Amino acid sequence: MKGQPLQPLLRFGIEDADSPVVALAGNPNTGKTTIFNALTGLNQHTGNWPGKTVVQARGKYCYGGQEVILVDLPGTYSLLANSVEEQIARDFIYFGRPDATIVVADATCLERNLNLLLQVVEITPLVILCINLIDEARRKLIKIDFARLAERLGIPVVPASARTGEGLELLKKTVQDMISGKLKPSPKPIIYDGEVEGALHQILPEIKGILGDDATSRWLALRLLEGDETVLEGIQHYLLTDPPARLEEVFV
Amino acid sequence: MSADLGRILQRAQDLSCGQDAVRDKVVARLYQEAESLAREVVLTEKPARDWDSTIDDILTSKRYGYPSMLALLALVLWLTISGANMPSQLLARFLFAVEGWLSSLFLLLRAPDWLHGLLILGVYRCLAWVVSVMLPPMAIFFPLFTLLEDLGYLPRVAFNLDAFFQKAGAHGKQALTMSMGFGCNAAGVIACRIIESPRERLIAILTNNFVPCNGRFPTLIAMSNIFLGAAALNGGSILAVLLVAGLVVGGIAITLVVSRLLSSTLLKGIPSHFALELPPYRPPQVLQVIVRSVFDRTLFVLWRAVKVAAPAGAVAWALANIYVDGLSLLSHAAGFFEPLGRAMGLDGVILLAFILGLPANEIVIPIILMSYLSAGAMLELEGLPALRELLLANGWTWVTALNMMLFSLLHFPCGTTLLTIHKETQSWKWTALAALIPTAIGVALCFLAAQGARLVGLF
Amino acid sequence: MLLSQLPVGKTGEVVAITCSGLVRRRLLDLGLVPGTKIRTLRQSPGGDPLAFNIRGAVIALRLDTASHVKIRSLD
Repeated sequence: MKGQPLQPLLRFGIEDADSPVVALAGNPNTGKTTIFNALTGLNQHTGNWPGKTVVQARGKYCYGGQEVILVDLPGTYSLLANSVEEQIARDFIYFGRPDATIVVADATCLERNLNLLLQVVEITPLVILCINLIDEARRKLIKIDFARLAERLGIPVVPASARTGEGLELLKKTVQDMISGKLKPSPKPIIYDGEVEGALHQILPEIKGILGDDATSRWLALRLLEGDETVLEGIQHYLLTDPPARLEEVFV
Repeated sequence: MSADLGRILQRAQDLSCGQDAVRDKVVARLYQEAESLAREVVLTEKPARDWDSTIDDILTSKRYGYPSMLALLALVLWLTISGANMPSQLLARFLFAVEGWLSSLFLLLRAPDWLHGLLILGVYRCLAWVVSVMLPPMAIFFPLFTLLEDLGYLPRVAFNLDAFFQKAGAHGKQALTMSMGFGCNAAGVIACRIIESPRERLIAILTNNFVPCNGRFPTLIAMSNIFLGAAALNGGSILAVLLVAGLVVGGIAITLVVSRLLSSTLLKGIPSHFALELPPYRPPQVLQVIVRSVFDRTLFVLWRAVKVAAPAGAVAWALANIYVDGLSLLSHAAGFFEPLGRAMGLDGVILLAFILGLPANEIVIPIILMSYLSAGAMLELEGLPALRELLLANGWTWVTALNMMLFSLLHFPCGTTLLTIHKETQSWKWTALAALIPTAIGVALCFLAAQGARLVGLF
Repeated sequence: MLLSQLPVGKTGEVVAITCSGLVRRRLLDLGLVPGTKIRTLRQSPGGDPLAFNIRGAVIALRLDTASHVKIRSLD
């Protein structure tokens, strides 16, 4: 499905997708909104996600002459689509195909936040982990080996403190490098137990047969094994309806 | 295409032998991975002193939990009431001086009387009242509220109060949406989206109006200030604070009672699952909080009030100055409401002002004042003492003030909130109910208070 | 033992979630997977809910919800 036109973005209410689109995900209470505000300043716009009663905040910033559209996703603990917010966040990352996704994590509570990060990484490799509130962590005498974490995850890790502005330049630069393709993350997939992997092994070829060989088919297969029908609804809604003619060629 | 996908889903279901099993394994594996990663890269030298839990030991404790909430409420109200008094008077003095100059200008230009009346005595005066009565308390209350919000105190309120909401058959997050209502009921109603169960969300929406929003806080504060704060010299403002705090607590109590009634009648059901994070306390960025609350909230609400107050001022002036059968339209209308108003310990003008104030609660007091002013002699209106004189001259007693506060707390939501309720519920039935319930309670309580006061001979 | 019975200040380990459907998924998402250590931090002055330390975050659960989590005491 790679390389097809970005029509799905329209379905998320984003018309001006000429510039690269970056999603901002994260647990609640991680200072995600502070990061969003710090990056976009007054250059933002709020509305609702189309057809949903959930607020969508969108903003723009410029870095190195490049305009970037930043979409603030609802704060969630997980992307397993147990709530409208989780479904929106997941759908945007999976169907909206942002050029990069920043996952904001709380440095004082990293383990809990890594759960969401791992879920995002399963959907797309184009992820930057921004560990916020490092000033708070310092005060609480918490030390984090960022380099080691980046190496283990296979994605860039940027420590930051949105309140003081620390790390935001590096964050913008990292986003830029990812958009331009200079930075190619290579996260290792998470291996599940024998039974799940066995089932995955059987169903993956069938999915690839329909959707083509895609890095995300593993994620899709997992959701189907979980019996998550909202993913199928999503495919119907974001990929198959409007405009069907062009996408039909890609799929059939 | 979708048939293919459906087939794959079917196949997936056959393979997974029970979906909970796969979901369990996936989630457990992810957390296991997160745990091992965190163990590898996070180094905590020694556990630092945990301020959060020290603070929570006080703010959510059995002994101090509720008293500290009440104390904080009283403190915020006290700062607002005592801090707003002086700037309110200065603003009023300034704005009414400007009115004088404007009037002279109109005289100089030989403008017709009706134009002067409509624009100066109507539009300008209503605006001046809205600004001088509302701006100072809002400019103090909003930043204080935002500070508490930024600190992370609101989830603690929800934590402390949840048992009551649970007994009322409501969602624990209703405590949060209720807190948002203090800022603006329309915002509170929108905030109810965080409650997923439709039944509990409706309960939260229908009861949000029982906490006074910023449009009504100035009314409550002005009323208690006029009849308690200004009346008694010392300790008066303490009394005024206690009265307003008492009304807020009363509003919360009514919220719970009505929630309970709704959940055992129209909106039957069992409380849904509830998990609430108590995030770490974060030192708020004071300057940013002030800027944000002034721009995002204070000026936003003020602007909304101004937009409504200008035409409302013109309408009120016109009603007071268009005569039919020797009486102004306003007097006709006020006369119509007079019996009901009297029975409720108010008067026809007050009830009319509440109805005309439907677009925004902020303009209720200005309309009352303008009606009194246009009917009687002109007064120099400089701040609260003069206001008190005007109200006394129109037959007010402290019972009138009390009932005015009660009805301000308990009447139909403002137009914006009603439209928001309709938008959120997609139903005129629930919107009507949202207006009907508080109004019925307000009328009943005011009636009881008035009759009670009459019985003991105070009114 | 049920999570709702874990006294304040005590630590336990999750054994199983005993309900199904949405509540089960929500509890799992909070990180309550078997083997997770969990500590009761405090009780609301109203008696319900309880606040727990779950994987570094403080999460309040109503007793009713917490009773869906089977634990074994570690103290």
